[in-house]
Amino acid sequence: MLIKILNTLLMIVVALSITGVINRTRALLAGRKGIPFLQHIYNVRLQLRKGAVYSNTTTILFRIAPCVYLGAALIAFLFIPVADLEPLLSFHGDIIFVAYLLALSRTALILAALDTGSSFEGMGAAREALYGALVEPALMMAMATLALFCGYSSFADIFAMAQELDMNLTIVLVMVAYVFVIIMFIESGRVPVDDPRTHLELTMIHEVMCLDFSGIDMAMIHIAGWLKNAIFSIIAANAIAVVFCFHWWFAAPLAILVTGISIGIVESLRARNKLSRNITYILTIVAMSALVLLIGFLLIQNIEI
Amino acid sequence: MMELYLKTSNNASAVKIADIPVVEYTELYNDLKERMTDENYHVAHYFATEIENGLKLYLILLNDATGEVLLSSVIPDYYTEGLASLTAIHPQFHPFEREMWELYGIPFDGHPWLKPLRFSYDRRDKQSTMDSYPFYQMEGEELHEVNVGPIHAGIIEPGAFRFICNGEQVLHLEIALGYQHRGVESEMVKTDNRLRQTLIAESIAGDSAVAHTTAYAELTERLAGYVADKDLQRERFVALELERIAMHIADTGALATDIAFQLYQVACEALRTVTINTTQAWCGNRFGKSMIRPLGTNHPLTESKIDTIRKNISDVCRRYNEVRCDALEAQTLLARFEQCGLVPREEMWRIGGVGMAARSSGLLRDIRKTHPWGYYADVVKHEPVTKSDGDVMSRLSTRMDEVLQSAIYIDEALADYKPSKKITSPDYNAKFLPEALSFSLVEGWRGEICHVALTDKEGRLAKYKIKDPSLHNWLALAIAVRSEGISDFPINNKSFNLSYCGHDL
Repeated sequence: MLIKILNTLLMIVVALSITGVINRTRALLAGRKGIPFLQHIYNVRLQLRKGAVYSNTTTILFRIAPCVYLGAALIAFLFIPVADLEPLLSFHGDIIFVAYLLALSRTALILAALDTGSSFEGMGAAREALYGALVEPALMMAMATLALFCGYSSFADIFAMAQELDMNLTIVLVMVAYVFVIIMFIESGRVPVDDPRTHLELTMIHEVMCLDFSGIDMAMIHIAGWLKNAIFSIIAANAIAVVFCFHWWFAAPLAILVTGISIGIVESLRARNKLSRNITYILTIVAMSALVLLIGFLLIQNIEI
Repeated sequence: MMELYLKTSNNASAVKIADIPVVEYTELYNDLKERMTDENYHVAHYFATEIENGLKLYLILLNDATGEVLLSSVIPDYYTEGLASLTAIHPQFHPFEREMWELYGIPFDGHPWLKPLRFSYDRRDKQSTMDSYPFYQMEGEELHEVNVGPIHAGIIEPGAFRFICNGEQVLHLEIALGYQHRGVESEMVKTDNRLRQTLIAESIAGDSAVAHTTAYAELTERLAGYVADKDLQRERFVALELERIAMHIADTGALATDIAFQLYQVACEALRTVTINTTQAWCGNRFGKSMIRPLGTNHPLTESKIDTIRKNISDVCRRYNEVRCDALEAQTLLARFEQCGLVPREEMWRIGGVGMAARSSGLLRDIRKTHPWGYYADVVKHEPVTKSDGDVMSRLSTRMDEVLQSAIYIDEALADYKPSKKITSPDYNAKFLPEALSFSLVEGWRGEICHVALTDKEGRLAKYKIKDPSLHNWLALAIAVRSEGISDFPINNKSFNLSYCGHDL
């Protein structure tokens, strides 16, 4: 039980730290002093203390969406192990459960955005739905690769078994990690797919769906965003840790640094994609995860023969 | 046959109203119908003013090949019949005819887009309000309308943008302005206090304070029969080019912000700060307010100020050039800007585009070259930067090249400059030529600025008309985004960076 609690605590630390690392990296690269490391937490704390304002064109759908969004993300969050630790929740097939919890949270937000009746939010919802649908195969195939290697279908079992994996699979695991990092870029609305800093309603994807949320609802959406980031970065870090050093004290800092620094660097050194090119970008990742799955399958077959 | 036009130039003094031919509208119409097919001509201003029993229309036409300015006037008899619209043949007349229709109800027959221009408070039809702006509409199951503004996120001025989209693709954009209307033109004639007029001129468009005040100062000096000292002209030249550098760098940074390219953004923000702080070191205001005054200046350059300007500008120029070279090789930036927001040369010419936006489409519209005044006429032989593609990248590279060009101009102008004590303090009481028309054309960073004034029998300002280049170029933006993705609208908008208050006055 203690291990499970340690696991959850580590996950929370990862979730809270990634945004801070991104901001520090960006500030460093821009030659700025930058905002405090915990600024994003202060902002959310402020929002949590506030009530919410609702447009009178919205319905109950809009009000429950933040709860569903956060709730689904939170449950998914509890299934993820940090390297050799055990997650709080686990059952056979939970990788599918997690994938669909994430899809559920996205659906809740899309419906809420459509519920506002705003033309911007409608456009944002359409974009989010398209990208969500496109990125899902990548997520599924990357998870399938992990399941294939270990012969299990829950995160806890997969990573419990992972230590015994053959070193021949190193390259595949690194590629799986890469796929998860990119999926996180897409899911969390980061450059090059989206730009969380923009004030331009017409170019937004994730942010525009949250335009009507305020106060505590907005805080819930932010927190859910952190949790989702943590899910993907921990999985990516686990995949890398399998190769090098499969311990929680290695995987947790790695999760923070790999995603935090890579997002910070990408957001400083390149422009975001033209919106129509995002589809190509996401499909490239889908193709890559298909390749990963195929290579993984071939390697497994060879070993058995 | 009677002469239709009085020929003058941008370097000449004011003209007597009596010398401007008053012609029949049909004659003028028939002449313009032919004449405007020549690309060398474009209209600088065309406005109506009240006379004893009716209205009088003044036309200021520019010939870019010869540098001539053609003046003509019409006293129309529109109460009995409408005037044939020139916009129908030459769309570049559209804002001027719309303004006359809005203010005086002149019905222009066959005008394809007779809609309110800026909801001026002295408009004729008070029933017509911003809330009832007649937006263009399209019907279709697949189409959706997106309305942006008039209140925008960030620090943007108000203006309503109505998109008609097919999915992500923009089919049509209509821009409704007027939210910034302050009645600048009528405020100018309400007061005889020339200092107050100068301050109003400074606030026409905050980002072009130097350019608009220069236009006002030039105009009043022509009315006063004052020829600015060579040193004063040189200092005004430096001020105008400094403003150009600052704004072009700021817009480079703004474009980088909109594509989320942090490194260029922070680099340009830093350089812009150095530039506007240089302006502040000179005149006490970062945007060049209080720099330009009629018939003199309160802030003549000194040796130490010259050193500061030269040192800062050469530093900015060197560092900006690095940004420029990097930007031209950054694939992710090029992927966003190239072939985006095309305005072909032909379109730009037909709608009467001016300034750097026109030059980016390959249309040479540059008052510094075609109608030089002051220091531009005497010393600088300006060679305009032109690009041929007319996309966002062209507009960006025009800006980048103009920054370097202006930096060289400033350095050359100040290299051998020894400030004399000849520059006078401003004179707000000079006597104006009575019953005269005076105009001035200035190439601000955005493009051609035209101020026109008419004086009465006592030599007081009776009518003051202002044209900011944005008046022409807003339509270019609407054309640029057609068939583009709606998410590329912001970078198109920034690539033009047009003025709302310059348009709304």
